Amino acid sequence: MTGARKLRIGFMPLVDAAALIVAVDKGFAKAEGLEIELVREASWSNIRDKLAIGHFDAAHLLTPMTIASTLGLGHVKVPFVAPVSLATNGNAITLSPALFEELGQIAGQELENPAISAQALGALVRRREAQGLEPLTFGMTFPFSTHNYQLRYWMAEGGIDPDRDLRLVVLPPPFMTESLREGHVDGFCVGAPWSSVAVDAGLGVILHFGCEIFPRAPEKVLALRASSVETDPQLALALVRAIAAAAEFVEDAGARGEVASILAKEERLAVDAKLITRTLEGRMIVNAAGDQRQATDYLVIRRDGGCRPNVRHAAWLYAQMLRWGQARYSLDHLSAAQGVMRHDLYDAVVGEASWSPEPIGAFAGPAFEGGDLPSYLRAFPIGEKI
Amino acid sequence: MKIVIVDENPARAAILEEGLREAGFQDVERLGEMHNLLKRIYAIDPDVILIDLENPSRDVLEQMFQVSRAVRRPVAMFVDQSDAASIEASVDAGVSAYIVDGLKKERIKSILDLCVSRFNAFSRLQDELARAKSDLEDRKAVDRAKGILMTSKKLTEEQAYAALRSAAMREKKKIAEVARAIITAAELLK
Repeated sequence: MTGARKLRIGFMPLVDAAALIVAVDKGFAKAEGLEIELVREASWSNIRDKLAIGHFDAAHLLTPMTIASTLGLGHVKVPFVAPVSLATNGNAITLSPALFEELGQIAGQELENPAISAQALGALVRRREAQGLEPLTFGMTFPFSTHNYQLRYWMAEGGIDPDRDLRLVVLPPPFMTESLREGHVDGFCVGAPWSSVAVDAGLGVILHFGCEIFPRAPEKVLALRASSVETDPQLALALVRAIAAAAEFVEDAGARGEVASILAKEERLAVDAKLITRTLEGRMIVNAAGDQRQATDYLVIRRDGGCRPNVRHAAWLYAQMLRWGQARYSLDHLSAAQGVMRHDLYDAVVGEASWSPEPIGAFAGPAFEGGDLPSYLRAFPIGEKI
Repeated sequence: MKIVIVDENPARAAILEEGLREAGFQDVERLGEMHNLLKRIYAIDPDVILIDLENPSRDVLEQMFQVSRAVRRPVAMFVDQSDAASIEASVDAGVSAYIVDGLKKERIKSILDLCVSRFNAFSRLQDELARAKSDLEDRKAVDRAKGILMTSKKLTEEQAYAALRSAAMREKKKIAEVARAIITAAELLK
């Protein structure tokens, strides 16, 4: 390659941007002949629009949002593609200490099993309705996000219709803790490190890790405009190589301290490195008493084929959009959604084609078989049918 | 037509509001406090919402695209796909517009153009302010350094300034940079 190729890439300050940030700050991108300027953004909408109009060459983006933009759901249709995944899992559902306490009393036992906590939440929602109290309010980060789907799936297993029985509101992650303090929300689902920020402030209790709702939720991808990949596939391949190498480094337990200090910097996440280390280790402090819980899959970056874009994941995400009335069903949409996941580009340079990953899974409900979306959706008592 | 401006920067919001009023839009409301944003927007029930792009609450507005029972009127972002230049101009200026579906495109276009020019005017103003502020700080640093040289080396003011200037030329630096180095050194040698 002659001279470094200059790129601008947008990101949100979250731990699940680790592979992208490390690719740039630890020299993996440079080794591929890429000179990347990372631009920290304030909202997912900004990232999407700047990628769409060409201000960004690529972006750290919510996987469901990448699909929504491609299908033109709720917004202008701009086809994006994902040649590499940046993260699987990484979210947590956090409640106000008062709500956590109340659910515990209703359940009469530990709340670690989401089936039990969902039932307790359902009972509480019905009780509040009977008493004429305001419905509970939960925050999440974007309509097209796994955070939204995690909350809805969990609530619906407790007999709650999330559009009717309580309020779900979009909240920017930096406002989540403050909203708990002010009582604007009773709980939220958010990516790391924001649940830990609420726990450390004594304002939140982590109820569930995202991976306890869905064991392998497709969280973030590196998104590019489909048109730019058509005209310059070599660029996408160079990005895949850089990110896959960086992801390998992020997963190395011996490098955690260094990764945490790279991410913690002022111009990256600007949070305490300790919070980042906890997330990378999957060893989370869940309440003000300092109790810890661990899940090795709390956040998956590279392991188990984590970087490879997965067509089945796109179908599953499309099914969640259908279930909650965000999309209308068509086979064209289904195949367009699947077409976002450009595993062909990934396989061309990384070569894990034979890997068959674990399904996304869920703590309850029907198994997702892939193609037959109508019967998958019919199996849920709550949600739209097609 | 009812217009809401969502901006945490009161000065910029005021400049935009003034522009809108001058252009004949009388029904303008400013929201500078982000908590319960959607609730307050629904209470106002505007036709157009203008928001600055540094605002994390932009994602909150995206919820209004959802076809859900909580949303009363369908809202869209103002993007005219035939007019890429105006979208770019608004992103560059740092402002975005959300409109109630069905509004006439031409009317919105004039509002957006106005936003873009006011936002750009505001950031030029800020640049000028920042430059004026740093000029002032430079001058203060040079004055302090001159004072240090005058007492420690028994120079007149002109001699002190000449010493600063020739050091700056020798080291290819700004006079203010040399002055700051002298201040730092003097503090260390105290």
